[in-house]
Amino acid sequence: MEKFSTLLSPAIPLVQENVDTDQIIPARFLKATSREGFGEHLFKDWRFDEQGHPKSDFILNNSEYSGSILVAGENFGCGSSREHAAWALVDYGFKAVVSSYFADIFKGNALNNGLLPVQVSPSSLKELLAAIQSNPMTGIEIDLEAQLLRVPEIGIQEHFEINPYKKTCLINGYDDIDFLLSQKEKISAFELKHIEF
Amino acid sequence: MGKTLFEKVWDNHIVDTVDGGQEILFIDRHFIHEVTSPQAFDGIRKRGIGLYDKNRIVATADHNVPTKDQHLPIKDELSRLQVDMLTHNCEEFDIDLYGLGHKNQGIVHVIGPELGVTKPGMTIVCGDSHTSTHGAFGAVAFGIGTSQVEQVMASQCLLVQRPKTMRIIIDGELGNGIYSKDIILYIISKLSTSGGTGHFVEYAGSAIRSLSMEARMTICNMSIEMGARGGMIAPDQTTFEYIKGREYAPSGQQGEEALAYWSSLYSDEDGVFDKEYVFNAEDIEPMITYGTNPGMGMGITQHIPTTQEVERPDNLLQSLHYMGLTPGASLLNTPIDHVFIGSCTNSRIEDLRIVADYVRGKKKADNVQAFIVPGSKQVEAQAKAEGLHDILFEAGFELRGPGCSACLGMNEDKIPKMEYCVSTSNRNYEGRQGPGARTLLVSPLTAAVIAVEGKVVDPRKYLNEEAPA
Repeated sequence: MEKFSTLLSPAIPLVQENVDTDQIIPARFLKATSREGFGEHLFKDWRFDEQGHPKSDFILNNSEYSGSILVAGENFGCGSSREHAAWALVDYGFKAVVSSYFADIFKGNALNNGLLPVQVSPSSLKELLAAIQSNPMTGIEIDLEAQLLRVPEIGIQEHFEINPYKKTCLINGYDDIDFLLSQKEKISAFELKHIEF
Repeated sequence: MGKTLFEKVWDNHIVDTVDGGQEILFIDRHFIHEVTSPQAFDGIRKRGIGLYDKNRIVATADHNVPTKDQHLPIKDELSRLQVDMLTHNCEEFDIDLYGLGHKNQGIVHVIGPELGVTKPGMTIVCGDSHTSTHGAFGAVAFGIGTSQVEQVMASQCLLVQRPKTMRIIIDGELGNGIYSKDIILYIISKLSTSGGTGHFVEYAGSAIRSLSMEARMTICNMSIEMGARGGMIAPDQTTFEYIKGREYAPSGQQGEEALAYWSSLYSDEDGVFDKEYVFNAEDIEPMITYGTNPGMGMGITQHIPTTQEVERPDNLLQSLHYMGLTPGASLLNTPIDHVFIGSCTNSRIEDLRIVADYVRGKKKADNVQAFIVPGSKQVEAQAKAEGLHDILFEAGFELRGPGCSACLGMNEDKIPKMEYCVSTSNRNYEGRQGPGARTLLVSPLTAAVIAVEGKVVDPRKYLNEEAPA
């Protein structure tokens, strides 16, 4: 997993709420057996028409917007547990997603792949989306160490929450398996006294 | 202070608490399938480690399998490759696999309970969000991503943040023609698609107590559709009767010990929930969805909201544009092209019985293609033994082999663009049943009535005299 420290980038505004993982990566693209290459199919049916031509009204096809931060409407990533959604966002080039609410499984999957979910207040999200829409080059700074999201242009500085353990993992590029494997003795000891029918 | 059902089961599986409050949770059973496991097996191989305990893993092929001609090789090359890879991985790691053709094959959330693998008090995970189904037995069961599938394979544990708790009480008696699917669609329509996020839900109340295990599974199954981590129901006599005699059910002395332990799994009176909701069963109508997430549902005689009635008119309009529907309209009399009865939500024997009871001696409408996909080989065999297959066949329903089928637009079973499908599955997202497909979620009875009438109708007006209870 890639290490995450500070990110400074313009952002892409996706105003829809309740974006589900079937939109992020439709099921018919889940047949791959590796983690690579999913970016090509990110938001496939919103991004491309049936002939495979980019749809001009979809935000990822608007050349005014760029950057490695996706700013999305409330309840991003609901639905299926497919980690392919996080893989697709990372493979496409996103390093962080900002929203006012994330679905649980998506949030966990994102953190396990070095993709930082940044939860901000609904009012900040609204301001942020408006600022990006009026100036696509609006710079957003995400400082993981300080747990701060800053948008100097509109005077936003907001603290965001992250589990301290997951924060350490992201900063160092560690994953949970390394940690769990180091706990094997404790796990075996637990199993000995664990009663199960 | 007393404990909730969730806390009793969860606390019984805590190996340790680490910095930042994350807990190491021991996992009793791990179900795997072909779609979300290959990268996890790959990870295990790359790390050069083995599985923590192969005996705690149960595998089946369901998402990618065709439901026609299951005895032939899978036509789609990528699907075949994925299913073959599961077989190969299970051979290499010596895992029990109920693959295509096996007498126990089926949808992972159907076979777990029917084999008696799913039991009260267990922790159960699977790389599939509908793992919440198993909570119907009083287990803590939830869906995980592939990285976590690898974690459980490697360590039999997950590093997790303890969720908050929520209780949803449904008291009263359900009206005629109203089923557990209507209860859960009603709850989600009230709480929204994110109303349960961060929480583990316990369903309680007299309306829940009176439900069969199949009906309880339908409710717990869709917990994720309101964003909840999982859903559970305290085990009782109905649960114990269901488990008794199944292949992996404990028996004899062990069975008695199990029963004593399972009987202690309920929320203490002074247990505290972070949130609580109470609904009345009498307020629940047959439900139908009109939009593109499961929270966009309504009583079948109601009207779609107008733009003035919602917070985000832009989201409503985008959904209704996709669905080809109008704000403020009624869905009654909308012609339907397809009726799909299946999925981990509603493909169990009881669901097939409800449909067969209704369509006995009737014919599906000419404008409707109706197909039924049993949840497992065992459900299929039982339906045949009970004569349901003949009734359904006579009524013009196409009967398929078990699998996830048209629930998720991954295998061969897809709904064509812009066509309406009344479906007993769990998600009505854009493209869920195939690119451009328009999904209306309902109960099995409502689906059966609509298949016969060819359009959206209130099933209560068409009930047979000897309507199933």
